[in-house]
Amino acid sequence: MLIKFLTAVGAFVIRRFEEFGTLVLLYVDTMKQLRHKPRMRHIIAQMSHLGVDSLMIVSLTLLFTGVVFTLQTAHELIRFGAQSTVGGIVSIAIGRELGPVLVGVVCAGRVGAAITAEISTMKVTEQIDALRVMAVSPVDYLIVPRMLACMIVVPLLTVFGDLIGVFGGWIIAVYYSGISSYLFMHSIDVFVTTHDFTGGLIKAIFFGNVIAVLGCYYGLNCPEGAEGVGKATTKTVVASIIAIFILNAVLTFFVYGG
Amino acid sequence: MIKIKNVSKYFGAKAALKDINLEIADGETLAIIGGSGSGKSTLLRLMIGLIQPTEGEIWIGDDEISRMSEDELRHVRLRMGMVFQYSALFDSMTVGDNVAFGLVEHTDYPKERIAEIVKEKLKQVGLEGVEHLMPNELSGGMKKRVSLARAIAFGPEIIFYDEPSSGLDPITTTKIDELIISTQRALGVTSVVVTHDMASACRIANRIAMVYQGELIAIDTAENFRRLPDLRVQEFFAGLRI
Repeated sequence: MLIKFLTAVGAFVIRRFEEFGTLVLLYVDTMKQLRHKPRMRHIIAQMSHLGVDSLMIVSLTLLFTGVVFTLQTAHELIRFGAQSTVGGIVSIAIGRELGPVLVGVVCAGRVGAAITAEISTMKVTEQIDALRVMAVSPVDYLIVPRMLACMIVVPLLTVFGDLIGVFGGWIIAVYYSGISSYLFMHSIDVFVTTHDFTGGLIKAIFFGNVIAVLGCYYGLNCPEGAEGVGKATTKTVVASIIAIFILNAVLTFFVYGG
Repeated sequence: MIKIKNVSKYFGAKAALKDINLEIADGETLAIIGGSGSGKSTLLRLMIGLIQPTEGEIWIGDDEISRMSEDELRHVRLRMGMVFQYSALFDSMTVGDNVAFGLVEHTDYPKERIAEIVKEKLKQVGLEGVEHLMPNELSGGMKKRVSLARAIAFGPEIIFYDEPSSGLDPITTTKIDELIISTQRALGVTSVVVTHDMASACRIANRIAMVYQGELIAIDTAENFRRLPDLRVQEFFAGLRI
């Protein structure tokens, strides 16, 4: 009984290490392919396909996050006579954490899943093999453009999301909590530094990288059949979200820790 | 010439191919036959370098490919073309872009020249004026033809066919067979055709090799093959369940 249990645990650990090893090798291969001339047409197509299509969901997510965050904080801050800090607090929270992390999570669901679904379908229908037979590296042709596109698009979406989020906060602060528009803006001017937003954008670049690479990894390694495509897509979303939260903690330490 | 020397392939503990030895001469058409799961597609994938053998050597001309890295293999693969079982056309591209793919990736030809070559290759496989169509607008037979046009667009020395008649009706199968023969004659290429269709193999091949449970059990000219005394070959010929 104990032997069986230990064997199962050992097999599980070995499988996870194998998966991690394959992922690292794919990442190294992707980095190596960066030495080639970038496929600009593909990168722009991916940016359009993955980025523009995510605008709506990012807008809604950050708008309502800004709204709820201000609803929760403004009332308490006004009670303590600190209404002059609301704009700053909302902006810092969105710029440093909520913006990049929520855009990352939304993109993991929207973009990561789309990448995995597309690549795994290509794998199942032998299109990946066709690329290899035609002497074209799938890593260079499929992964690099998606990775670069995500590393550009996720920060751009974060900038957009940050603005929408602060706008949501401004609406509640001004029209619900009765804080003047001048005070809200002045608070941003006093408390917020450029670093509060650029730090968030640095995180977003890493999140974009992780989403694309995990999306491609699960796509390239998906099991055969339609069920395999579904499983691979789910794995991408789960793994990307977990990776984003862990990476966020690490990056926050380096970007804002000092 | 393609040379396969003592090649075995294991997936885990399961042997897919055992000690295969095979030589395919330049300009020859070899059909590899066998039942489902016999290992014939694995053999084809080994020859293209999509998978590596557990043991043995695979020579494509002067290149031993069994231990080559993906980067090294790319140079060898420029001399190969492949027609996949389900065509494997890129479904996000038009037929024209599919056929042009290798040329766009590996040559500096201007667009006009590539368009000319695409038109010519499509004409060669009996398809004209379909450049602008998407793969999902084509029938199974047309997809196979486009796949062949894509395979020959770059001027390969060797063409691999994976189950070219799979999923096609008998009339379309005959047309694809004729196309394989005419392509071989027109280009003088070496062709390796994996199929389970005995009639098709006899029509197109100079020689036929049979794989049974991972072993190469027979190889002979198409004329002699049907007279081989091996019961497994006879059963396959008779269309009986092996």
